[in-house]
Amino acid sequence: MKFTLGWLREHLDTTATPERIAAALTALGIEVEGLHDPAATLGAFTAAYVVEAVQHPNADKLRVCRVETADGTVQVVCGAPNARTGMTGLFAPVGSTVPSTGLVLTAAKIRGVESHGMLVSERELGLSDEHTGIIELPAAPPVGTPAAAALGLDDPVFEVAITPNRPDCLGVRGIARDLAATGIGTLRPDPAAAVAGRFPSPIAVGLHFAPGTEDACPIFAGRLIRRVANGPSPEWLQRRLRAVGLRPISALVDITNYVSYDRARPLHVFDAAKVQGEIHARLAKSGEAVAALDGRAYTLDDTMTVIADETGALSIAGIMGGEPSAVTTETRDVFIESAWFDPIRAAATGRRLNIASDARYRFERGTDPEFVVPGLELATRLVLDLCGGEPGEVVVAGEPPDLRRRIAFDPARTGTLAGLDIAPGDQEAILISLGFAVRSDGTVIEVTTPSWRPDVMGAADLVEEVARVHGYDRIPALPLPPVSPVTRPAVSPAQNRVRWAKRALAARGLAEAVTWSFTARAAAAQFGGGDESLLLENPISSELDAMRPNLLPNLLAAAQRNADRGAADFGLFEVGPQYAGDRPEDQATAATALRLGAAAPRHWAGGQRAVDALDAKADALAVLEACGAPVDNLQVTTDAPVWYHPGRSGVLRLGPKALGYFGEIHPRVLEALDIAGAPIGCEVLLDAIPPTKVRPGKARPILDAPDLMPVERDFAFVLDRDVPAANVLRAVRGADKALIQSASVFDVFEHPSLGEGRKSLAIAVTLQPRERTMTDAEIEAVAARIVAAVEKATGGRLRA
Amino acid sequence: MTDIAQADIEALERELIAAIDAAPDEAAVESIRVDALGKKGRVTELVRGLGQATPEQRRTLGPALNGLKDRLNDAIAARRRAARDAALDARLQTERIDVTLPVRPEAKGSIHPVSQVMDEVIAIFAEMGFSVAEGPDIETDFYNFSALNIPPEHPARQMHDTFYLRPRADGTRPVLRTHTSPVQIRTMEKVKPPLRIIAPGRTYRCDSDQTHTPMFHQVEGLVIDRATNMGHLKGCLEAFATAFFEVDSVRMRFRPSYFPFTEPSAEVDIGCRRSGAELRIGEGDDWLEILGCGMVHPQVLRNVGLDPETYQGFAFGVGIDRIAMLKYGIPDLRAFFDADLRWLRHYGFAALDVPSLATGLSR
Repeated sequence: MKFTLGWLREHLDTTATPERIAAALTALGIEVEGLHDPAATLGAFTAAYVVEAVQHPNADKLRVCRVETADGTVQVVCGAPNARTGMTGLFAPVGSTVPSTGLVLTAAKIRGVESHGMLVSERELGLSDEHTGIIELPAAPPVGTPAAAALGLDDPVFEVAITPNRPDCLGVRGIARDLAATGIGTLRPDPAAAVAGRFPSPIAVGLHFAPGTEDACPIFAGRLIRRVANGPSPEWLQRRLRAVGLRPISALVDITNYVSYDRARPLHVFDAAKVQGEIHARLAKSGEAVAALDGRAYTLDDTMTVIADETGALSIAGIMGGEPSAVTTETRDVFIESAWFDPIRAAATGRRLNIASDARYRFERGTDPEFVVPGLELATRLVLDLCGGEPGEVVVAGEPPDLRRRIAFDPARTGTLAGLDIAPGDQEAILISLGFAVRSDGTVIEVTTPSWRPDVMGAADLVEEVARVHGYDRIPALPLPPVSPVTRPAVSPAQNRVRWAKRALAARGLAEAVTWSFTARAAAAQFGGGDESLLLENPISSELDAMRPNLLPNLLAAAQRNADRGAADFGLFEVGPQYAGDRPEDQATAATALRLGAAAPRHWAGGQRAVDALDAKADALAVLEACGAPVDNLQVTTDAPVWYHPGRSGVLRLGPKALGYFGEIHPRVLEALDIAGAPIGCEVLLDAIPPTKVRPGKARPILDAPDLMPVERDFAFVLDRDVPAANVLRAVRGADKALIQSASVFDVFEHPSLGEGRKSLAIAVTLQPRERTMTDAEIEAVAARIVAAVEKATGGRLRA
Repeated sequence: MTDIAQADIEALERELIAAIDAAPDEAAVESIRVDALGKKGRVTELVRGLGQATPEQRRTLGPALNGLKDRLNDAIAARRRAARDAALDARLQTERIDVTLPVRPEAKGSIHPVSQVMDEVIAIFAEMGFSVAEGPDIETDFYNFSALNIPPEHPARQMHDTFYLRPRADGTRPVLRTHTSPVQIRTMEKVKPPLRIIAPGRTYRCDSDQTHTPMFHQVEGLVIDRATNMGHLKGCLEAFATAFFEVDSVRMRFRPSYFPFTEPSAEVDIGCRRSGAELRIGEGDDWLEILGCGMVHPQVLRNVGLDPETYQGFAFGVGIDRIAMLKYGIPDLRAFFDADLRWLRHYGFAALDVPSLATGLSR
């Protein structure tokens, strides 16, 4: 919404500077997005008279001018073809800055002739692209007249953002009323007065609504004005409309736009010669079409309101007029419409037809029902002034809806809610200045809202009215009272897991990424997603049209982008949501990591190895351990989801419950996503980790550290290649649970000498004696039990 | 009777000491030791010869020979030490590596600025008695709009650029939450006042240009009790901004504004100074909008079954990405979600840098 200072002053009697008005608007909640004051940017330039212009002695295209300026007569060399004796132009003195170039003018010698300043073109002042000559002021204002005044641009333009709750501020008068409440000026009396009709209206108006739908348009008013002349509107109106970004069209149309911006009262004008019979409001028939003023045809449905005559729909009520009944410069008799349309229907109609118009903008926010007829009178006055003609009588169907609310208001609420201590009388004064009616009755006052404030529903709204006029800056800042003497944990154990997982993976050298919660449907399908129920109706692109079922597709795409930029040997991770369905319980938090290339970059101290599934397993275990999962009790199974390589992947399980997956990404998935290389990944399902047991205290168990030396023995078993190492280790540990402290694999190899399909697994076992040092015989006995247990469990034999 | 003379012992000592001193290495010292003090060594033989000496001779020769042995042993030990030191020095002379070689590579990971700033925000609000609440990203119309006093066709809905999912069989259409405010409703439905929560999380709007991304992060704040007013809101946010931007004080401006779920409502600007690309919070005369807030709307309280005559409080919403950009001078929002390793490493944080108010929020 834009308006000029001059326009505002028609409603507000004030001497405040534009800057002070802007500050007051901001303090009221009317955000000033721009204040453009041509007088400020043009301040250095003034009207000047060319006493004499003669040919430059050394240049064909230049003239030497003697110019009478505000600061005396100076000599100026000018290249403009229209520079001539006796003209009045605009002068830029030495030391001024040319707006278009930002250059500071200095005295100069041009082809041997001194020049002090410059006569400027419109382009040089940043007013237009016009640069064929210097500005001429045919009215020849006195020398020294400021440029803005000489050009008729001395009216600063405010651009403000009006919040959707303030439809009254979509008119200049509403803004003036708010400003007046702060004391920056006084609201001028409303100049709108009724115009007597000189003949009965030959056009009747009506409301044709089925019971239950009357609220679509409770009041419809109109007036015929005969024998108007619809030419261009006068310069003052055109200038005002242009200043606020509207294009002048013709006097009648300009008047409706003017009233819309002046009073937030949209109107419509029909060429009376193009309508037949009664003009009325009704709901559209399904499939009814209107050829609208934007040159497009709209097909309506029966939830939309239209204005119609005997022949059919003329316009889309409150949204846009129709082309066939529109006024033109030939229009002789004009019918002005002023009505109140239901905001919800206006919003729904505008949204469904996808029409954004100034009328819709105002109707859907709510217009003042009491101003339907006064708005019509104001328009009548303007039509008579600008187009002449003879007014008929006003015809009205229906009644304005009563939107006023009566609110019992305790002024103490302003203190308890806003923290402002304001005397009740002062609060009443503020409300009255905003147009509220106030009746004091002991401690509680009865407040009646004005018809133009549909947003004010209750006491809290009144507190805001009082507080914003009084000034939010006067609210004292108070500390929140402490709830406990020292800080208590703010984060639940489940929320902490997210933090632990992130920091564990970052500590392992991976970089945390944050990627979209959506992905391409085709990519989602590779990871068990892409269901209809998780597709976006209005994605920003087809690459981001499905909620992600898994974090891997976006991480894979990110890894590929990095590889395309030359990155090699890196790890990325993300801890975030993935979606199995659209219910809250379908959203899970995963910690997902991806590695690509070599385990470490090339360096002088050794060879490189490519990352493999067991690096992914290590990442997964690190997350699980950081999140407090019992990692020693986990089992690994080989039934990972389909997006993993079937032979190089695993599932980390606690009992039957899967806590995470790891492995090489399936080559077919990589191909489908167009990913190069052999990335490995892991995902830990943070919500699946059982909660850490709450112990009564924080004390650790007593340390078990025997004094006796542990004994280490190595074993090499030959067994079938398919026997999992975990089975061997489990058999070893089970051979003597008390004595065997740990067992680990230190070598795996396959060789033809071992037999076809066989492998050798070398295990280091640590025995921890507790009461006395073990004898050789005792050690041998344990070793024999280990060998027997492994053979029984896996068929493996001690290697000869 | 032996014919050993004192003079002979002295001569032997001179000879052996000279030999020891001249021995080039440990082996030579050892061979001299064997030659002198071994089982058949010359000194050993002399001691053995004492058996045939007269008691008088023994009285003089005994101590003399013992003294000789002690002095020889000392000399040998000293020489041996010296030889060993020399040998070690000689060996160390040959053992050299190039210590200017780069160390073996260790990958350095990083924490995303969004995660770090969320942790910073949590650390600050924890200090003021807030705890962290959460809600789902895929929301119902009720939680994202209606319960927050935004009925259908309300003009405020148009400002939200909502992402919709495909309609369900029952005709309802889930939305991606356009703000973290639904968590207010979910929390108030479950927890009785008094309550203080913050809800950081992902939010979505169907908008993508230079300064907007279809996904971004917000943190919601909510305080409900019987007495909290707008003054507390001001105090709370000023405390937050001062702590977050790690400055001694900030200027803040509360401007009246409009949100359907708060009344009175405000937008909050923070004082700053812009010079070129640099932005300094806590200095200068410029203003920068950082958040929206207000007193929870009575209708919102009624929607969760709280009596607005008894309970009241404030709510606010801050853009996490935005305050991360402001604090750490990150120029482009879109880069947050691009996962460019160069960006992640440059703007990211070390795994060990866990924000804490006691030790300073950031380095």
